[in-house]
Amino acid sequence: MTTTENQANPIGFGRMLRKEDARFLRGKGNYVDDLNLPGMLHGAVLRSPYAHARIKSIDISAAQAHPKVKAVITGEILETLNLAWIPSLSHDVVAVLATDKVRFQGQEVAFVVAEDRYSARDALELIEVDYEVLPPVVDAKKALDKDAPVIRDDIAGKVDNFIFDWESGDKAATDEVFANAAIVVNQDMLYPRVHPAPMETCGAVAYMDPIDQKLTIYSTTQAPHAHRTLYALVAGLPEHKLRVVSPDIGGGFGNKVGIYPGYVLAIVGSILTKRPVKWMEDRSENLMSTSFARDYHMKGSIAASADGKILGLRVDVLADHGAFNNTAQPTKFPAGFFHVFTGSYDLMAAHCSVRGVYTNKAPGGVAYACSFRVTEAVYLVERMVDRLAQELKMDPAELRMKNLLRPEQFPYTSPTGWEYDSGEYPRALRLAMDIAGYEELRKEQAQKRAKGELMGIGISFFTETVGAGPKRHMDILGLGMADGCEVRVHPTGKAVVRLSVQSQGQGHETTFAQIVSEVTGIPPEDIDVVHGDTDNTPFGLGTYGSRSTPVSGAAAAIAARRVVDKARIVASAMLECAPEDLEWEKGRFNIKGDKSVGKTMAEIALGAHGTVELPEGVEGHLNAECVYDPPNLTYPFGAYICVVDVDPATAKVSVRRFIAVDDCGPRINPMIVEGQVHGGLADGVGMALMEVIAFDEDGNNLGASFMDYLIPTSLECPSWETGATVTPSPHHPLGLKGVGESATVGSPPAVVNAVIDALAPYGVKHADMPLTPAQVWQAMQGAPYRTDLAIQ
Amino acid sequence: MRVNIEVNGVNYSEEIEPRLLLVHFIRDQIGLTGTHWGCDTSNCGTCVLWLDDLPVKSCTVLTAMADGHRVRTVEDLEQGGELDPVQKGFMQEHGLQCGFCTPGMLMTARALLDRNPNPSDLEIREAISGQICRCTGYENIVRAIRWAAANSSSNGALDVAEVAQ
Ligand code: FES
Ligand code: FES
Repeated sequence: MTTTENQANPIGFGRMLRKEDARFLRGKGNYVDDLNLPGMLHGAVLRSPYAHARIKSIDISAAQAHPKVKAVITGEILETLNLAWIPSLSHDVVAVLATDKVRFQGQEVAFVVAEDRYSARDALELIEVDYEVLPPVVDAKKALDKDAPVIRDDIAGKVDNFIFDWESGDKAATDEVFANAAIVVNQDMLYPRVHPAPMETCGAVAYMDPIDQKLTIYSTTQAPHAHRTLYALVAGLPEHKLRVVSPDIGGGFGNKVGIYPGYVLAIVGSILTKRPVKWMEDRSENLMSTSFARDYHMKGSIAASADGKILGLRVDVLADHGAFNNTAQPTKFPAGFFHVFTGSYDLMAAHCSVRGVYTNKAPGGVAYACSFRVTEAVYLVERMVDRLAQELKMDPAELRMKNLLRPEQFPYTSPTGWEYDSGEYPRALRLAMDIAGYEELRKEQAQKRAKGELMGIGISFFTETVGAGPKRHMDILGLGMADGCEVRVHPTGKAVVRLSVQSQGQGHETTFAQIVSEVTGIPPEDIDVVHGDTDNTPFGLGTYGSRSTPVSGAAAAIAARRVVDKARIVASAMLECAPEDLEWEKGRFNIKGDKSVGKTMAEIALGAHGTVELPEGVEGHLNAECVYDPPNLTYPFGAYICVVDVDPATAKVSVRRFIAVDDCGPRINPMIVEGQVHGGLADGVGMALMEVIAFDEDGNNLGASFMDYLIPTSLECPSWETGATVTPSPHHPLGLKGVGESATVGSPPAVVNAVIDALAPYGVKHADMPLTPAQVWQAMQGAPYRTDLAIQ
Repeated sequence: MRVNIEVNGVNYSEEIEPRLLLVHFIRDQIGLTGTHWGCDTSNCGTCVLWLDDLPVKSCTVLTAMADGHRVRTVEDLEQGGELDPVQKGFMQEHGLQCGFCTPGMLMTARALLDRNPNPSDLEIREAISGQICRCTGYENIVRAIRWAAANSSSNGALDVAEVAQ
C-alpha cells in the first residue's frame, strides 16, 4: 500500500491526516493530569457514602495533623468565602461541599490538599463525619408522593421534590387527532440513566499567583470561556485576572461542560496554600458524581390511519434530574430540545409535557452526546413508529418511507415549531437499505425463524437539531450561544486561526485549518489552529451539542471570507486595477480574463504588510474576525439499520452488522466524519445493550466502576458500514451541518428495534434498555424489568 | 524502598513507597506521561506498557514488582526519528481521536505484531479487547493495526515519517 494519496493535503476539504496525531502518537499529549507545576500540591475529595443524610458534625483535626497535609476544607470553611454553594447551569444551586445534608451517594463533603496524591487520600480516611441517615428518594415515580422525603429543604419553603413542568405543541389539536384516529398505540419506555465516561476523568490544576493575583485554571472543560465568566461572576474575581486553559482533553461527550466542585476546590486550595493544586478524580468518582445523561421516563402515544399514515404523537415525560437541577439547557428550554420529538415524519399534531423532579442521585443531565435531549426524542419517536408497525403488521421500512418528510417540504416547520433547514430523507433510507441488502435480510430472517433462530433487523431514521444558538433563543446562564473566530494571515502568507471552541478529540486543529483553507486557498498545513486558552482566543460557548462546525465553523468561514475580501482590495492596489476587475481563483486573484496576471495570497499578504499604498480608509495587514450568531439550527439526519442475532438459550445479543448513512451536509474531512460516526455507533450499542446507572433502594449507585458500568469493547462492536448523502444547509456559509452526536442520537433505537424484532416470535413488544442477557431473557418470559432499579 | 528499573533503556534507581503503583511511578516520578490512568478496576487499559516484553496494565502492578525488570512505554516506540509502523498505521487510518487510549493501544498492537505479524481482524479485536476506546468505535484501530501489519516489511515502504513531522 502506498501512502502517496495521503501525502498531498487537499486545499480545503478532503481526506487529510490529522495534525494533532503527531503528539498523541508519541505519548506527548498534554492532558490535565500530565501537568506538573513547580511546588504543586494534590487534592482529594471525601465523598458521602449515603444517598441522603444529615451531617451532624465533621472532625478534621486528625487529617490536619497528618504531616503531609497542607489544608483541609469543609463546607463550613467555604461558607465563610461564600462558596459553599454555586449557581447550577439551570437556575438552581449546587453544593460545592455539603453543609447541611448530603443528597446523593458520592457527594463532595470535604477536600484535602497534601504534598502528594497518596497522602491526600490517606488523610481522607482520617476525617470523621457523623451522619444521621435519612430515607432516600430513589424511584423517580415516587418523588412526588405525599410522604416522599423532601430533598431540597435548603430552598426556603420547599415542601416537595418538584422542579418544573413544561410543555410544547398544541394539546387540543393533538387530542382531536387522537380521538379521530383509527389506530392508537401506547407505549411506556425508559431511557435509563447513562454516563458519558470519557477515558480521561475530570480534573483541574489551579494556580493563583500570589504576586500578580492572576488565577490560571487548567481544567478538563469543553467550554473554557463560559467557565471563566462563571468563575468571575460566582467568586467575584476580576475576569482579566482569570485564565482558563483546556489543554488536550481525553474525550468529553458532554461530561466536561459543567463546573464541578473539584474545580472550585482546586482553586480554593491554591488560594489558601499559595501553591498550584491539582485535583484529578478517579473513575468511580467520575461515574458517581459527574454529569450523567438521560433518565427520562416516557409515556408515548402514536395515532395513525388504518393504512399507516402517522397522524399524531404525544408524550408525557417524568425527568429525573437528581439532587440539584444542573442540566445544561438553554434557559427557555428546561427539557432541552426534546420537543423535536416528532422526528423525521410528516404528521398533523403533536404534544409533549415534561415534569422534572429531584431524587437522591447525582445531578447533571447534560451529557453524553446529548444534543440537548434530542437523543431521548429520537428514541421515543423511533420506538413508537416501530410499535405502530408491529400493530399494523407492516414492514417498518415501508411505514417509514410512507411517512418521511419529502424533499419539497423543506424548509419544514414542525408541529412544535422547529424549522428544519433541509433534507432528502427517502434517499438516505433507500441508500441504507441498499447497503444492507434489506430485502435479502428479511428473507434470511424468515428462514431463520422457521428454524427457531432469532435474528432481528432494526431501523432508525433520525433528524438531529444542532448548532445552538440562535442566541436570542439560546443561552447558558444568560450567555448567548454565539461563537467568535479570528483569522490572521502572517506577512509570508501563513496563517493562524483562533477559535472559541475547543477539541476533545474531534480534530479541530485539522478541520478548522481545512475550513480556512477552503475559503482562502492557503494550504491547511500552513494554518495553525489555536484553541482552548481564554487568554489567546475569542469568546464563545464551547464544544458540545455538535455545535463547533455549525457555529464556530461558520465564524471561521466568514472571517476567512473577510480576509479574502480584503485581499482583493490589496491585490487591486498592487496590480493598480479596480477591485471588481479581479477574479478569485482559490488562493489567488487574477485580472479578469487573464490568468497570467495576478497575485497569490502569499504575495498579497506580503503586500498588505508592506509599502503598497492602500485606498483611503483601508488599514494594512490581513486579519479578520467574526462573531457568529446562527440564524437557525442545522438539521443533520441519517438512516441506520442494525442486524442482530439473539441466542435463544442465553438471551445474549450479538450485533452482526450496523449500516449508517449520515447526511451532515458537505464533509470537511470525510475520514474524520466517519470516525465521529463510528464512535457514536459504539455509544449506541453500549446504551442499547449494556450501559446503565441503576440504584438500589438505599440509593447506592450500582454503576460506580467499569466492573459494573459496562462499555463496549472491540468484541461487542461490529465492523461499521457507513454511507453518505449530502444535503447542504441553506443558511450555513459552507452548507455544513455538524456530525459529532448524530450517531449517538440515531443508533440506540436501531439496536433496540432490532432486538425487539428478533424477539417477535416470543410476542415481545418492548423492553427497556439496556438489553442485557438478563433483560432479554425476562422479556422472552413476558416480564421485562425496570432497569433503573436494582434487579428484584 | 529502593528499586532499580530500566525504563526505555535508561536505568533508574529510585526511592519509592512500597505501595506505589507502576503507573504512578512512570507518570509522576519518571515524568513519562504518555502512559495514562483511566480507571480503578483494571478495566480500561489506558495504562498499558511493557514489563520486559509483555504488555501489562501498569495500574495493577506495584513498582516494587518491576524491580530488576525492563519497562517499555509509548515514548520508546519512535526509534531514530522514525515512527513505529503501528504509530504510522494509527495516523493513516485515523485510529485515534482524543488520543487518551492510544498509547496503551499502540503498546498492545506492537506486542501483537511482534508475535503474530499477520493477524486476522478477529485476532486484532481479541488483542485489544481488554482496552476501552470511547471515541473510535474500534473499527479504525483494527484498520490501523492491519495497516501496520501490511507495512512492516523492511523494503522501504515505511518512508512516511514526514507525514508526522
Ligand atoms: S488504569 Fe484502567 S486498566 Fe489500568
Ligand atoms: S481515542 Fe479517545 S478513548 Fe480512544
